[in-house]
Amino acid sequence: MLSKRIIVCLDVRAGMTTKGIKFEGNIDIGDPVEMAVKYYEEGADELVFYDITASHEKRNIVIDVVNAVAENIFIPFSVGGGLRTLKDMEAVLQAGAEKISVNTAAVLNPELIRQGAGAFGTQCIVLGMDVKKVPARSDIASHYEVVINGGRTYTGIDALEWAKRAEDMGAGEICLNSIDADGTTLGYELALTSMISERVSIPVIASGGAGKPEHLRDVFVEAGADAALIASMVHYGEYRLAEIKKYLAAEGISVRCV
Amino acid sequence: MISIIDYGAGNLKSVARAFGYLGIRCRITAKPREILSSDKVVFPGVGAAASAMQTITSRGLDSVIKEAVYLKKPFLGICLGAQIVLDSSEEDRGVPCLGILPGAALRFRNSHLKVPHMGWNSIAVLRPHPVLAGIDRKDQFYFVHSYYAACAISSDVIAVTAYGIEFSSIIGRDNVIAVQFHIEKSGPAGLRLLKNFSEWNGVVEPC
Repeated sequence: MLSKRIIVCLDVRAGMTTKGIKFEGNIDIGDPVEMAVKYYEEGADELVFYDITASHEKRNIVIDVVNAVAENIFIPFSVGGGLRTLKDMEAVLQAGAEKISVNTAAVLNPELIRQGAGAFGTQCIVLGMDVKKVPARSDIASHYEVVINGGRTYTGIDALEWAKRAEDMGAGEICLNSIDADGTTLGYELALTSMISERVSIPVIASGGAGKPEHLRDVFVEAGADAALIASMVHYGEYRLAEIKKYLAAEGISVRCV
Repeated sequence: MISIIDYGAGNLKSVARAFGYLGIRCRITAKPREILSSDKVVFPGVGAAASAMQTITSRGLDSVIKEAVYLKKPFLGICLGAQIVLDSSEEDRGVPCLGILPGAALRFRNSHLKVPHMGWNSIAVLRPHPVLAGIDRKDQFYFVHSYYAACAISSDVIAVTAYGIEFSSIIGRDNVIAVQFHIEKSGPAGLRLLKNFSEWNGVVEPC
């Protein structure tokens, strides 16, 4: 039986792992390669690196990180953040990433999804979506609006419509991040996850809000997520992956234990 | 020396890195002489069957692959490599493949399960095999695929995995073994298989 995946998220800025709340007030918390190895050994099913390096000239640092990670861990990992062209995508795949995650760039240029899927296969393309809950209005029927630029810019795009469109264009997975829940450790946004997961046929990764193992159970069992992203839960040593998985297995959820 | 056949498949480097991590010598090559002079051959694969077969035949690698198998070199197919060792694939309305093992790659047809089958899943071993030494039921492997190998001869099925149906996740015969999952992305269990393969002489003792 297919296991539910636990994906550890590392935000990387200028070569260091960093963590903030709702994309603000980031502090450096460690070397991404060392952290990747630690999570690999502890049984992470997948990792995702988001390059949040602001300055363009430091962007090649992320390629060095990807190379070093790929030499030391043997599970899939994806890289996102600032990938705007097929050439950007190719560079991280060549360096050893399994998948690429596109977010703002895909909103600004949806063709990027089609081009990426055509060039590298749909299994390579993860659509990252940052979503905020908004009052219902005619153009946002689902109550959830896509936001970009780290949550600062509203796009006027309905999250559900965007998810379906991205699937049609060749996205292989959707990483669905609730900006409202991100960093709160109060749990995933279940209504949002469940709505998207029911309406697309590609895997949905729930993101934003994980604070304790029960939150993962809820998003797998109640919202039908295929995978769950975690960060602060494990970054500060509050929980270990083995203990989260043991809890989920005891709850009757299929997980991979190492 | 292990040769990893280079036909532009996306996971070549990952496979080479996994061998490198294990301290096992390998090279990525498309040169027939190098492939045929190596001890073992790895046939990776990612992507579509039609374009893979087109690249393989245009580089003349189809006959080299068949010769390596005929010469009894231990041969490991990975992912798409486990599908194009069959006679054909259903992909793109039918693609003739290498015909090393009888059978066809079929698409998952299950309306309530997501396709591709993506993520970690376990295997049930039907036939003990030297490459599977030390692997048990709790070990899981990383899969990403929409098609699976349907062997014409049941004794070619080494292990099966459940995803709506029970499909063949490891197939093989004599010196050929082919795995549907990404062995190079399957954590410690995958590395174990690669190490076992590097030590395998290509012989399977009859049960």
